Amino acid sequence: MITLEAPKGVELLEKVAKSGEGQSPLGCMQCGLCAASCPLGEAMEFPPRKLILQAMAGNLDKVLQSPTLWMCVACYTCSLRCPRDIELTDGLWPALRDRAMQQGLQPPAELQETFENIFKYGNTLGKSPRQRLDWAKDLDVRVLDLSKEPRPVDVLWLVGCYPSYYPRNRGVTRAFARILTALGVSWGVLGTKEKAIGECDRMFGEEGLFESLVEENRKLLDAQQFGTLVVLDPHAFRALQNYYPRFGAWYPVQHYTTFLAERIEQIKPLLIKPVEATVTYHDNCCAGRRCGYYEQPRALLQAIPGVKLVEMARNRDNALCCGGGGGGMWLDAHIVAHGGRRLSDDRVRQAADTGADTLAVSCPYELARFEDAAKVTGLEGRLHVRDIIELLAQSMDLGERSVS
Amino acid sequence: MNIVVVIRQVPDLIEPIEVDSSGTSLDLGTASFIVNESDDHALEQAILLKESHGAKVTVVALDFGDVDNTLYAAAAKGADRIVKVPCDGDAPRPEAAAAMLAEAIQPLGSDLVLVGVQAHNELDGVLAPLLASQLGLPYVGVIRGVKPAADGGSVVVFKEFPGAVMAQLSVRLPAVLGILGAEQAPRYVPVSRIRAAMKSTQFEEQTVAAPAVEPQVTIRRLYPPAPAARAEMLSGSETEVAARIAAILREKGLVK
Repeated sequence: MITLEAPKGVELLEKVAKSGEGQSPLGCMQCGLCAASCPLGEAMEFPPRKLILQAMAGNLDKVLQSPTLWMCVACYTCSLRCPRDIELTDGLWPALRDRAMQQGLQPPAELQETFENIFKYGNTLGKSPRQRLDWAKDLDVRVLDLSKEPRPVDVLWLVGCYPSYYPRNRGVTRAFARILTALGVSWGVLGTKEKAIGECDRMFGEEGLFESLVEENRKLLDAQQFGTLVVLDPHAFRALQNYYPRFGAWYPVQHYTTFLAERIEQIKPLLIKPVEATVTYHDNCCAGRRCGYYEQPRALLQAIPGVKLVEMARNRDNALCCGGGGGGMWLDAHIVAHGGRRLSDDRVRQAADTGADTLAVSCPYELARFEDAAKVTGLEGRLHVRDIIELLAQSMDLGERSVS
Repeated sequence: MNIVVVIRQVPDLIEPIEVDSSGTSLDLGTASFIVNESDDHALEQAILLKESHGAKVTVVALDFGDVDNTLYAAAAKGADRIVKVPCDGDAPRPEAAAAMLAEAIQPLGSDLVLVGVQAHNELDGVLAPLLASQLGLPYVGVIRGVKPAADGGSVVVFKEFPGAVMAQLSVRLPAVLGILGAEQAPRYVPVSRIRAAMKSTQFEEQTVAAPAVEPQVTIRRLYPPAPAARAEMLSGSETEVAARIAAILREKGLVK
């Protein structure tokens, strides 16, 4: 029988094509570079190439019901290598996940909890919004809460969920407050009013949740006067730079590595204490592979006296993802069940192979992910995971060092 | 089948609970509210019945504790009708709540009334049986699944007993059931659907006369329990506390 109606898979691919994210998936030539590049491709029932093939063949439901749907960790390798410039990471996967949920298919339970936390409390960890500024208690520098005392500032620092709440991250957060103060910039935060930026929701395909966060964050940000937003989370950077403008919400934004690297001549004389460490740097996917900021974090590390920087075999655009993006942070059980391993475990082994004693990171997810991975792989005590901020603060002799 | 689901909001324990200056009630001035967990299961059970056998699902809720957000989510999940019962200020005590809900539910002509078996601020679980008594209907509680029976005039319910025993009971309709858990976890509904429901859902209001229920039990004093003398409260930094916990676990022989 001849049917003239396009199968619903094709209709979905056409929708992705019109979304403005890259070129049309209908232009896929089935070369398979995406599947071969994907760090979890061999474990996927439908790696990106097959996702597109099945959708075109009208087997969309099969794709939507597959565990594959919740295995992409948004490392962007496939998107950057695709010879047809199809935006698989930002375009195809969120659209498929959105469609699955619209059809009533349930995302993995561990992820549902995160969605609900963000919807109810405005943070991924399910913590009280009133405790969002608790990291600043008894801090030796002044933290200006712009939601209570609005005034023009150079930097509006969006602290982020993990940096605000997660105990291991709070030391980094406090160190960054000291660095900003030492640099003499005027800065403030949104205090208990701050909300998740929502990048993870968009990548999960929770478009409605993302939209509601954009609306709420717009109201908060439009009420403030600032030179630039600074974020610790490269995912938030990516969202504010790329997705918020699509809703007409445009704000100047910098990831902290870029912000500090621009001030490196001012920072250098402040780096007074040597940090004797052999350091290897893990390029996070959003600021690194997706946006190409490879040299800024390295310039900061190399400015620290005593630091010897060594590279992993896989670095810059070929860096292996920590497995935490695209919702992966909340899907470890699902990914281990269907993929057989955690990428962060592989990555710490690669870091140890360089002979480094320190793995430097610049994404709030990675402290938890890599420290856990170091424990699991028996590298605890031999490989220390430190945020670049911690290493800088140590060299600047800015007070407490968080436990590592 | 006409199914009525009762939804209650309860204080969200994410915030610390404080006793107010009267010493006999909680300070809910700054509390946030969430749906009572077993009521959420009752709704899920109703939606499952609607999907598998066809039913009309009406949600009835007392209007307090930011109930609207919960009701929009219920509409997004598939509730057909939403009836709000205005009540003055705080949540009424179970006797009064049962009387108010009964008056609102009576005209709905329901075959089945599903209520969460208890709430964290009502562990006695008296609301559902009180409601059944007000409605003059049979009640059975601690239910973990409901199937329509072939005769059409009854349902088969699965009741949990202690010691890992389940019972299948046949219940003639109409009846009130106290739901412990639905046959599957309450479903996730995407926020876009909730937002759409916010635009399209009309709540009905059913005003009921405030009942003159004389409370048989009054609260004399509310207070946080004093730590027992046997409890050792740990203090210090995270590292010190973690080390102490590890040492205790070793002392007790729970880990090597």
